[in-house]
Amino acid sequence: MDSRSSLLVRLHIDPQLLSGALILCGLGLVVLYSAGDQSMDVMVRQTIRMCIGIVTMILVAQISPARLARWAPFLYVFGILLLFAVFLFGTGRSANRWLHLGIVQFQPSEIMKIAVPVTVAWFLFDKVLPPNLRTIIVSMLLVLVPGFLIIQQPDLGTALLVMAAGLFTLFFAGISWRWIFSAAGVGLIIAPLGWFLLHDYQRQRVLTLFDPQRDPLGSGYHIIQATIAVGSGGISGKGWLRGTQSHLEFLPERATDFIFAVYCEEFGFIGVIVMLAAYAMVLARSLRIALSAQDSFGRLLAASLTMTLFIYVFVNMGMVTGQLPVVGIPLPLVSYGGTSLVTILAGLGILMSIHTHKRFIVYS
Amino acid sequence: MCCAIFGAGRPERDINPVNSANGEMQKLPTLKDPNRELRIFQVRVWVAIGVMVILIFTVIGRLAYLQIIQYGHFTTLSRDNRLKVVPIPPTRGLIYSRDGKILAENRPSFSLEMVPERVHDVASALVDITNLLHLEDSEVERIADEWKRARGFDSVVIKTGLDERQVALFSVNRHRFPGFSIEARLSRYYPRKEQMAHVIGYVGRVNEDEQNVMDKLAYRGVTHIGKVGVEKAREDTLRGIAGYKQIEVNASGRILRVATLSPPVPGHDIYLTLDADLQELATDALGDNKGAIVAIDPGTGEVLVFVSKPSFNPNLFVDGLSKAVYSKLRESSDRPLFNRALQAQYPPGSTIKPMVALAGLEHDVRQAHDEIFCQGWLTLEGADHRYRDWLKRGHGQIDLKRSLAESCDVYYYALARDLGITRLHKSLSKFGLGRATGIDLPGETEGLLPSAEWKRRTRTLPWYPGETLITGIGQGFMLVSPLQLANATAALANRGFRFVPHVVGQIEDPMTKVATEIGIHEGPEVEVEKKSNWEPVIQGMVEVVHGSRGTARGSGVGAAFRFAGKTGTAQLLGIAQDETHNIDDLPKHLRDHAIFIAFAPVEKPEIAVAVVVENGESGSRTAAPIARSILDQYLMNATIVADDNG
Repeated sequence: MDSRSSLLVRLHIDPQLLSGALILCGLGLVVLYSAGDQSMDVMVRQTIRMCIGIVTMILVAQISPARLARWAPFLYVFGILLLFAVFLFGTGRSANRWLHLGIVQFQPSEIMKIAVPVTVAWFLFDKVLPPNLRTIIVSMLLVLVPGFLIIQQPDLGTALLVMAAGLFTLFFAGISWRWIFSAAGVGLIIAPLGWFLLHDYQRQRVLTLFDPQRDPLGSGYHIIQATIAVGSGGISGKGWLRGTQSHLEFLPERATDFIFAVYCEEFGFIGVIVMLAAYAMVLARSLRIALSAQDSFGRLLAASLTMTLFIYVFVNMGMVTGQLPVVGIPLPLVSYGGTSLVTILAGLGILMSIHTHKRFIVYS
Repeated sequence: MCCAIFGAGRPERDINPVNSANGEMQKLPTLKDPNRELRIFQVRVWVAIGVMVILIFTVIGRLAYLQIIQYGHFTTLSRDNRLKVVPIPPTRGLIYSRDGKILAENRPSFSLEMVPERVHDVASALVDITNLLHLEDSEVERIADEWKRARGFDSVVIKTGLDERQVALFSVNRHRFPGFSIEARLSRYYPRKEQMAHVIGYVGRVNEDEQNVMDKLAYRGVTHIGKVGVEKAREDTLRGIAGYKQIEVNASGRILRVATLSPPVPGHDIYLTLDADLQELATDALGDNKGAIVAIDPGTGEVLVFVSKPSFNPNLFVDGLSKAVYSKLRESSDRPLFNRALQAQYPPGSTIKPMVALAGLEHDVRQAHDEIFCQGWLTLEGADHRYRDWLKRGHGQIDLKRSLAESCDVYYYALARDLGITRLHKSLSKFGLGRATGIDLPGETEGLLPSAEWKRRTRTLPWYPGETLITGIGQGFMLVSPLQLANATAALANRGFRFVPHVVGQIEDPMTKVATEIGIHEGPEVEVEKKSNWEPVIQGMVEVVHGSRGTARGSGVGAAFRFAGKTGTAQLLGIAQDETHNIDDLPKHLRDHAIFIAFAPVEKPEIAVAVVVENGESGSRTAAPIARSILDQYLMNATIVADDNG
């Protein structure tokens, strides 16, 4: 026991975060086996990704917050350059999000999910907080530039999440409530204008959110089928591998964005509570890390990453249960797919680093 | 927690030795206050926790609502969902010729399809498949377009009509293309290709415009619709009724169980009135010429031959043809897509003369034995314009029969002058000129039978007497389609009885084999005061081919039956007064159209035919021999069959 915990300490691993992540990954594999048509190929691929993700998390945990802060601007510029590269040479169905690098392909917008909060936290940590106007404006630019580039791909969902990660950092830095409420007010006024800037398919998604029946075989199909899957799960679920909605192919994207619907159908309300508890465990630990961080860089970053993780979970579940538009955001650690998995685990690695490195700073 | 508070007391600079903000610090009115910052942060974290808890409970509330309160409702929906209702497309009816030869059939064909959702990386998979099957750019464009519009679980057709080599090529490489599959379907095929294209038309993919107006229920599972010809006109007969199967499918889309089944009702088969052999002969007889041939059974109105040349291969249209091929067809100066038999408008030329002659007899303007003197031209009173005969030296003393046999123009100038345009118009319209025949094919043109009233209405110009004269020899404003000409010839052959021409003979239910005859519809009869007035006209037409001075006497030589005919020339160039031109100097496309109408046998006609050879110059030399060969084939073979039966 002792030797094991000392190994964890030496590797800068936080056991509570690690076990929370492993529980969620495990749940993910269980439901993926069902959603992925019991394909061993899919299972092996996802397991490999999880291993890559865990290794990444551990590697990231070794980077001290101080070093991370030094790297922040380079990471940010690198991410922006990649976004431009996608702009020029990207591939992907109707939306250019992917960049091929030999056999690997990934979405540079994922990097920004980490790079934006890190960079904003780096920018803010030596400023007088709450931030003054100039600080706010510079921070907003740091947020809006990548946000704008990602919207162009076009990937509204990811863009909003990346910008949210940066804005959360500002929020935790203590940007005054006056600013927050006036921004919200302006947003409410601009929202109708934004409607005209949306792509047609995005408008469809918002409209069908309010009335899925208006197009039951078109864009409302996702929402209707997902809601049926969730609702027919009941309290205890239909049982593992016995979800009819998913296995009879009524549910689209059932291994990726809509995997939560499969989970709800097969494991019911009880299963949902179990999964939410696992997320709550990770989120609670993350917030504790944020509150106990020794400097404002770690504090702001940890809180912002936690909030982003929460937003992922909330938006995905809201989408699957028909409360939010279909924006194509995976369920963290559970959905099939590599890029988002690695990003989330890297974020957890940063949290571990923030928590485990302070002693060494104190002693150094 | 206390650790954090101690930690927060440490100067921030420790982390970043590069003190970039130092200069600014002096300008700032406040200094960093770590304790205040921490307090603000803690408040914010608690606000965030509050928001998270609220949001999590909305999710839990929503889930409880769906899974506990609405459980029964969604369970019902889910159970109903287990069974997919899938339409089974009906088999389209076949089209046969009157002698039972297949003209339009359904052939099994292989198509490559893709379900985007099951393809890992569609863009690169499409590039690979393009390279494998050597798809054309236009096809790649179409696929990309369909892919964009399709939902993830809709299959997108990559290529239809794969040949065996391509099927084999794909099968070998199948492992490289998950989400792609080869589907067997029935695809329309027209074995006679160009020969029947202008009658049968073709089917093509349902397009957006058609989708907006069609009965969606009737077209469940149906991908193709008749676009032109019989395929369009008889779309409802041929299509059939879609069936439904309720199937339970497993996760890979495989059918586990067919729950209930209502079988599709196949479309009805159609027997055309066209004679496939005769059509082939007529097509060949036209050779490389442009033109049209229509033959009708005068006793019923059944269309026996319907040729329009040049033609096109209708099979190209079934699965959509590339832009390049289509624009080549459209822009060709030969206009192969243009249905000349149905839509082209030619001046009838001298083929109108028998009908003008009948009008003269009917209105007592002429008697059959009345002779006029033809000096080679005619002038109207008070004018010096000479209306010329094709025979410069004139025909001399000439009566009605000879005027037809020799196609004397002056006789008909004088007759038209004496009849006047009003009576001429009335008489000719009885033959259905200037009006659609009512054939069961879409897109027919009406032609033009001019009158003084028409000219006033459309051109706001008065009718000049000279225009009456040239109308009498089928020139000027008058225009007819080959179909109208054949229809009028059938009326001549029948001594006035008319039938609506039609190409669909009978319709057969393939399930019960019960055939329904398409009724014969009588048209308005060409009424005459004296039945005997027909005989001199018809005798004149017989003289055209059998008389010693007939314009088409060469085509009557050696015929085993007596037939009647009339040559005609549709002038493309107006010939100026006293001008002569050498035909051989003219470029082909400016030469006159050759026309010939005929029917046979004279006493009990079984076939009436109209032949138009564009730029064929002379009705007697190019058009008449074609008509003769059609009559020969139809009547001789029919006789032989009758003998066998007897």
